[in-house]
Amino acid sequence: MAGLGGGPGAFGRCTHAVVRALPESLCRQALRSAAGPEVDFARAEREHQLYVGVLRGKLGLRVLELPADESLPDCVFVEDAAVVCEETALLTRPGAPSRRKEVEAMKRVLESLNLNIVEMVDENATLDGGDVLFTGREFFVGLSKRTNQRGAEILADTFKDYAVSTVPVHDSLHLKSFCSMAGPNLIAIGSSEAAQKALKTMQQMSDHRYDKLTVPDDAAANCIYLNIPSKGHVLLHRAPEEYPESAKVFEKLKDHMLIPIANTELEKVDGALTCCSVLINKTSEL
Amino acid sequence: MTTEVGSETEVKKDPEQVGPDKAKDKPEEASETVENEKSGKTSSEEAQDSSSVPAPASHSSPSSQKKEKDSSESKGISRFLPPWLKKQKSYTLAEPKDEAKKRAAGEEQVVEESECHPPEGMAQPKRILEVVAENNAKADDKEEKHSVSSAETQPAKEDGKETEVEKVAEEKEEKQEKEKRETKEVQTAEVISQKSPKKIKTVQSKVVLLDGTEYTCDLEKRAKGQILFDKVCEHLNLLEKDYFGLLFYENSDQKNWLDPSKEIKRQIRSLPWLFTFNVKFYPPDPSQLTEDITRYFLCLQLRQDIASGRLPCSFVTHALLGSYILQAEMGDHDPEEHHGDYISEFQFAPNQTQEMEEKVAELHKTHRGLTPAQADSQFLENAKRLSMYGVDLHHAKDSEGVDIMLGVCANGLLIYKDRLRINRFAWPKILKISYKRSNFYIKIRPAELEQFESTIGFKLPNHRAAKRLWKVCVEHHTFFRLLSPEQPPKAKFLTLGSKFRYSGRTQAQTRQASNLIDRPAPYFERTSSKRVSRSLDGAPMGISDQSLLRDFPTTGRPSAGDKIIDLEAAGQGKLKEGGREDDVSPLKTPQLELTQDGKSNSLRVDGENIYVRHSNLMLEDLDKTQDDLLKHQASISELKRNFMESTPEPRPNEWEKRRITPLSLQTQGKKGDHIFQVKTLPGKEKQWTAMPRIAGTKPEEIDKSSHETLDIVEEKKQAEVGIEETLVVDETDKGKMQVAADAGETCKVEHLSKKDSSSLPSYSSSSSSSESEDEEVGEYQPHHRAIEEVIREEQEEEEDVKRRELEEKIQHVEDTPQSSKPTVPVESMQVTAEDSVQENAIIIPTEEKNLSEEIKEDLGEEKEEEQLKLNGDVSHVDIDVAPEIICCSEPPVVKTEMVTISDATQRTEISTKEVPIVQTETKTITYESPQFDGSADGSAGVLLSAQTITSESISTTTTTHITKMVKGGVSETRIEKRIVITGDGDIDHDEALAQAIKEAKEQHPDMSVTRVVVHKETELAEEDED
Repeated sequence: MAGLGGGPGAFGRCTHAVVRALPESLCRQALRSAAGPEVDFARAEREHQLYVGVLRGKLGLRVLELPADESLPDCVFVEDAAVVCEETALLTRPGAPSRRKEVEAMKRVLESLNLNIVEMVDENATLDGGDVLFTGREFFVGLSKRTNQRGAEILADTFKDYAVSTVPVHDSLHLKSFCSMAGPNLIAIGSSEAAQKALKTMQQMSDHRYDKLTVPDDAAANCIYLNIPSKGHVLLHRAPEEYPESAKVFEKLKDHMLIPIANTELEKVDGALTCCSVLINKTSEL
Repeated sequence: MTTEVGSETEVKKDPEQVGPDKAKDKPEEASETVENEKSGKTSSEEAQDSSSVPAPASHSSPSSQKKEKDSSESKGISRFLPPWLKKQKSYTLAEPKDEAKKRAAGEEQVVEESECHPPEGMAQPKRILEVVAENNAKADDKEEKHSVSSAETQPAKEDGKETEVEKVAEEKEEKQEKEKRETKEVQTAEVISQKSPKKIKTVQSKVVLLDGTEYTCDLEKRAKGQILFDKVCEHLNLLEKDYFGLLFYENSDQKNWLDPSKEIKRQIRSLPWLFTFNVKFYPPDPSQLTEDITRYFLCLQLRQDIASGRLPCSFVTHALLGSYILQAEMGDHDPEEHHGDYISEFQFAPNQTQEMEEKVAELHKTHRGLTPAQADSQFLENAKRLSMYGVDLHHAKDSEGVDIMLGVCANGLLIYKDRLRINRFAWPKILKISYKRSNFYIKIRPAELEQFESTIGFKLPNHRAAKRLWKVCVEHHTFFRLLSPEQPPKAKFLTLGSKFRYSGRTQAQTRQASNLIDRPAPYFERTSSKRVSRSLDGAPMGISDQSLLRDFPTTGRPSAGDKIIDLEAAGQGKLKEGGREDDVSPLKTPQLELTQDGKSNSLRVDGENIYVRHSNLMLEDLDKTQDDLLKHQASISELKRNFMESTPEPRPNEWEKRRITPLSLQTQGKKGDHIFQVKTLPGKEKQWTAMPRIAGTKPEEIDKSSHETLDIVEEKKQAEVGIEETLVVDETDKGKMQVAADAGETCKVEHLSKKDSSSLPSYSSSSSSSESEDEEVGEYQPHHRAIEEVIREEQEEEEDVKRRELEEKIQHVEDTPQSSKPTVPVESMQVTAEDSVQENAIIIPTEEKNLSEEIKEDLGEEKEEEQLKLNGDVSHVDIDVAPEIICCSEPPVVKTEMVTISDATQRTEISTKEVPIVQTETKTITYESPQFDGSADGSAGVLLSAQTITSESISTTTTTHITKMVKGGVSETRIEKRIVITGDGDIDHDEALAQAIKEAKEQHPDMSVTRVVVHKETELAEEDED
């Protein structure tokens, strides 16, 4: 036990990852905030396999892959179904009714990991994992169409060690649609007005001072930071082909092992890099 | 005579005097011998001697002399004493058995005997000191006097008053009248003197320590919080104590920090002297603490916080922290010793489960090798990361009436709704913190693009809660953000507001200080946390959480008002009914027993607080507090205490000098002395006995005027018209008043209260109300060097109404001394003239004193001290001085103003002006000592002189009229002082008034207060809807 979050040095530590295969129903039935080009399923699958491959192969995580469920077109976005912090996992109550059942499979897999499971049973509560930003020191919860106050409260009750601050999210699906952690104490943030405003809110609410990494594209601000013992700082970020300007910004992070990952297809249905995995740091086999 | 008196008083003071008869007998004999020798000379001389002898006698006076004097005095006094007073004397009388015999034989015999006896040799064995004193050549004059007096008096007592009378007649024909008065005064003095030793009452206070044990100690009733705190820290062997504090609970769930700079009893009022020792400022980084013992106490506090749920943490964290607790207390896990449910005896969490205990045990095994100190450190390293670590939560509602919590922490103010942080205001963002009534406001620095500051208001359950929150904010801001507590200069910029400031060391200072700690790590025993958990169950300590966790029983509306009203109602009722209150006290403080007994009217304001603009008192206070704490509180407090306790001294102590000289009071002081002396004669001295110096100097003046009146008028004017109520209370003999009453003086206290506030007061009772909670509205604007934020507080008090301006006028009137005795003018010119007892009119030029010119920083220490006075502890004053003088404080009728408070929504600007002032009420209370009329008013007299002097200070305007009259052969000096105390909310009128009276007394030690009139003008405001 390293203690609370293991301290700043432990942020990003990760041993396990939960992912889920994408169902074909995703192409047509997945929820999307805006109409657009249809998802190329084959390409989406390839991108996702690459994504999982990096986690498993390159980073050495134990990846637990759940089978797709055609009745749950959005099931690939496992992040929304659970929030895991240290030894505790909060099974969410997704804001979209059609997604509530995604939690069942998630519950099973998390139980297999012997995590302390907390379920959000309050019918007035909604919470999408995509609205939860854990900085290593505290939580920020975006209050969006998918996440409400009650959901945030339950999260706060679940993770009592940490401050949980709420951040209004208006123009985006999730809080993490335009931000994420790009390193310990480093917040990647998009350049849009909404993103900047949210950042300010977070800065005001926090007792800590975070560094920020501003990228031109909101979508590119969603990246995955990992601290892998053998590799140090690892950052999965959107490929230069997708967001060249933002990629240039990431490339300035000299201390990070940068791994560009394309996510063009899932992005069409509001999917981001973090959406597709739940990262878990198991320090004991209890 | 005078000298005798002086010496006598001293004697009485000495505990020894009262001592066993046996001891006294011998010495007495010795003294008698001396006396006898001299006695032959003296009877006639006595009077004269008195003037001449003064100083030396006092200085040298050994106990033996004193004793003699006492006896003499007592005798003389005894004649005049009313039966009830005689008892007291009895001891003095009883002592000299031998003497009695001698007396019976006759005075002459006595003389002979005395001669026969080898003067002191006999006595010596028993009393060395006395002997020595007697031996001294210096003593001669004194001895003579003493002896004379003793001879006279003693016989008189035993034989009967007749003898006394005879002697008296012989000695003093003219003076009889004076003597009578003197005697009366003496009597009173005696009473006082007897009481005085008792005054130092101790109270047993209990402090629940962090390990659950209790620490008990006896404290002087008037002790300040610091004293207790220091004792506790000493007991704990704790050096880094600035992080800690003492709590007392109100209603079991409202915790209040004991202000170290203020008297305990005023803060806790009627609450039991039960405190809990707690961490007040949680160090953000415990590893920076210097000593393990400090960390240990912090650990204990956190264990409580965690076990009680005040500091929430997750299951895993509970287990982890619990495991460190086990490691620290039990050492390495030992499978043989540690098995079964040994863990269950500990409480790690509010809801401790078997699962958790198993986890704890498991983790405990992993800590093998950690020393207790290391385990503590690990514990702290984890605990400090908890989001609620060091956050002091307060229930509140936002502008929309939604329940929220306000959390005060090292970094600023956090706003929670349920468990969620919905906003946060770092200290640098906050320009001003204030509270008004039950509302708490923060003024926010404009954001980058914004031009205007915004004020955000929160509604607290009641006024007290608002004030508590405000105080906590001020303290946290100061402690964590400032390098040193606010400096006086900065104070200037502060507007008006509560006096409250954090007076301790800041974190920066305490760190610096702890770097200097140079001692081997102190050994301390770690008590089992089992105890802690137990204590949590039953004790008040754990309770604090509840307040947070559960809703306040009180509605959002300010409940404070209710309480206040009750108090007032009670007080007023009494006043009106009886014309005087015998004990208002129950509600208030028991402290001043004397005063209360006498009559204390506590001014209570009806309703809630009236918003008041505050004077600069805050500033003053700052100075004081800072200095005190930073420097030597002890020394200052001593100073203060001395000051307050001391009755008028002939020679002003340092403090007085500072104060007076600059102000050019000297003359007055002299006058005053005379005046007071006249009446008091022996009595005074006794009272003053406390001050050794007095004996020498004052005696001279004693003779003068007999009757004096002190009018103390307190007026508070605030502008609007109001209702005037006049209450006249006669105080005849009530406890404190006795002196005055006995003397035959009347005291009238008139209270005119017009808008006001709680100020007045009751010296006695009032004190309670005043300090702790008086401030209704507080503003705190932190200026610091580095930081610009201003915190503003509005003071309020439940009881106090806000006052915008209070003017208190105190008038001292002295009146005609019936008989004048020759006085030796020490400094004052007038005195001498008057001596010609009879028809000489003495003109005393009045002089002004500026009590305080400007209390601001400018006045360095002086001001501080003044402030002390002003703000100061009424209690001291009350007991010693005030009681005699006055009596009165009456609850000013103030009406509650209702301020419409618009709950500040976010970003709503709230202007303080909101407070509507509706009405003003005026109240006048007059207390007169019964005899006053006869003496003073009897004849018109001839005006010899009159003077008026005015001095101003920020808060006080003092106008002194000194009039000398000759009436029917008696010169009378009357000093009338009008003191106008003006202030906004925060002024403690009671204290100010008490102070004024005290000062008056000090300045005119020889005079008595015959009349106190208090006018209070109070602004009344409308009542709030809520």
